[in-house]
Amino acid sequence: MSNSQRPNQIFRNLNAKIASIPMILTALVVFVGGTAWTVLYSFTNSKLLPRLNFVGLDQYHRLWSTSRWLVSIENLLIYGAISLVFSLVIGFVLAALLDQKIRFEDTFRTIFLYPFALSFIVTGLVWQWLLNPDFGVQRVVRDLGWTSFSFDPLYNSSIVIYGISIAALWQGTGLIMCLMLAGLRGIDEDIWKAARVDGIPMWKTYLFIVIPMMRPVFITTLVIIAAGIVKVYDLVVAQTSGGPGIASEVPAKYVYDYMFFAQNLGQGFAASTMMLLSVVIVIVPWAYLEFGGRKRG
Amino acid sequence: MVDVASLSTGAQALRRDAAGPSGPKPRHALSRRNIFLYGTLIVVALYYLLPLYVMIVTSLKGMPEIRLGNIFSPPVEITFEPWVKAWATACTGLNCDGLSRGFWNSVRITVPSVILSIAIASVNGYALANWRFKGADTFFIILIVGAFIPYQVMIYPIVIILREIGIYGSLTGLVIVHSIFGMPILTLLFRNYFTSMPEELFRAARVDGAGFWGIYLRIMLPMSLPIFVVAIILQVTGIWNDFLFGVVYTRPDTYPMTVQLNNIVNSVQGVKEYNVNMAATILTGLVPLIVYFISGKLFVRGIAAGAVKG
Repeated sequence: MSNSQRPNQIFRNLNAKIASIPMILTALVVFVGGTAWTVLYSFTNSKLLPRLNFVGLDQYHRLWSTSRWLVSIENLLIYGAISLVFSLVIGFVLAALLDQKIRFEDTFRTIFLYPFALSFIVTGLVWQWLLNPDFGVQRVVRDLGWTSFSFDPLYNSSIVIYGISIAALWQGTGLIMCLMLAGLRGIDEDIWKAARVDGIPMWKTYLFIVIPMMRPVFITTLVIIAAGIVKVYDLVVAQTSGGPGIASEVPAKYVYDYMFFAQNLGQGFAASTMMLLSVVIVIVPWAYLEFGGRKRG
Repeated sequence: MVDVASLSTGAQALRRDAAGPSGPKPRHALSRRNIFLYGTLIVVALYYLLPLYVMIVTSLKGMPEIRLGNIFSPPVEITFEPWVKAWATACTGLNCDGLSRGFWNSVRITVPSVILSIAIASVNGYALANWRFKGADTFFIILIVGAFIPYQVMIYPIVIILREIGIYGSLTGLVIVHSIFGMPILTLLFRNYFTSMPEELFRAARVDGAGFWGIYLRIMLPMSLPIFVVAIILQVTGIWNDFLFGVVYTRPDTYPMTVQLNNIVNSVQGVKEYNVNMAATILTGLVPLIVYFISGKLFVRGIAAGAVKG
């Protein structure tokens, strides 16, 4: 573009450069600078204020010997496994059902997707109310005559993270369904005709032909779900505030509490660096597979 | 992409079976397949609608009725008092002016954030699509990679920057934060859209002597209204629903609606008024819900694009 005359390298395309200043600042100062700053200060013993007093890996040693952090990690793994498996399965099944040339497809899609428009705070508070043992589902079932029925996930520390996952799935599966539906619509009609003529049952066609063909969609969806899992925060704050006790703590909440309440910045920085590390572990292999293995084209 | 082997065997089979019965299999409205299909969909749809129903029903009951009855039963006596209380007199800490304060804060946060972030990102995307300069792509890649970094890693450095500028705790600070974190996905959205526009258009305008801003304002902007609508939907719901940035970068009197809602419902002091809580919850969810139901298919496009950021 505009190669005709070039008086000066810097003034060439000057307007575009000026227009890109916010992007350049964001990329360099906030994303690169901010991340480097946090990682650097995670090696210090900063308490109330950030100080460059290096203590090596002390913060990380403390982090991994704090029971609250270990509970957070365990919760994140359970929550992550549930979100991943169930939102993929439910999302795909719903998309497959909607793809059967049914009537009222738009109505069904609108209903399945509306929770995604709601914030995690609203989602968390609604489910807190539904799962309230004194008034919610448990009480209703008991009133029906089944008096020993017990379903109070938010007040039982051994299953509280499952209670949170229920709300998360309600909120997020609609999105996965939409992505899967778009993927299914991208599949050639002739594949279906050919499979039908060959007498392959429908479930086999899905399992062995359609799903392998949708590999790119699945990978994108997987990355989206994984990125969402690491960030889970508002939902827990709204539903249980980490309770009962510390039973439903998650890493993002650990970071926030140590930075802004416990005034133990070093711990917060170390914990957030661990979060960054976990994302890197997920993203780098994906990016390598997507862009590294084969040349674009 | 396409599984060639299965295709070709299918085609052979097609030829082989051509002599047999043909045409679609006759279907009945109440076939087992249809009962199963619609049955499943209706059950799932009811499950998805249940929380919304319970929210509305609860918010219309009085507290005595809530204590006696079950959460699924419709209200015997409809009362709008919980709504009035949630909006005007519910307490968070020392403030007892209800969610209205948070609502107006959220409006004052969302409107400028949406305008600013879209203005910046659209110009950025335009520069990246049509006026590529040396190094531009590097910054763009950093920006996209940055979208995957957990916010927790960048929260504190931004606190320091805002404090140095002197806008930590103000709405302006939060608007800037939203513009920063909206940038990766919006820039990507606009860059891809502008790249897909015919190159000749841009060339013709150049020949006619239009410059950077002239082409943007007179050609690109009017031709890309749909993508602006998608970006607005994405940003309005995203910023309205934000909790983390609100709680970190504002003070109690400038809290956005989500933060205030959480404080009202999860406050430990006082008697729990579940009907007021549910009315407040609906009020907070109302804006994105309205956006969702009005925008329809465009919302799906928006989230499909926005989903990339996770």
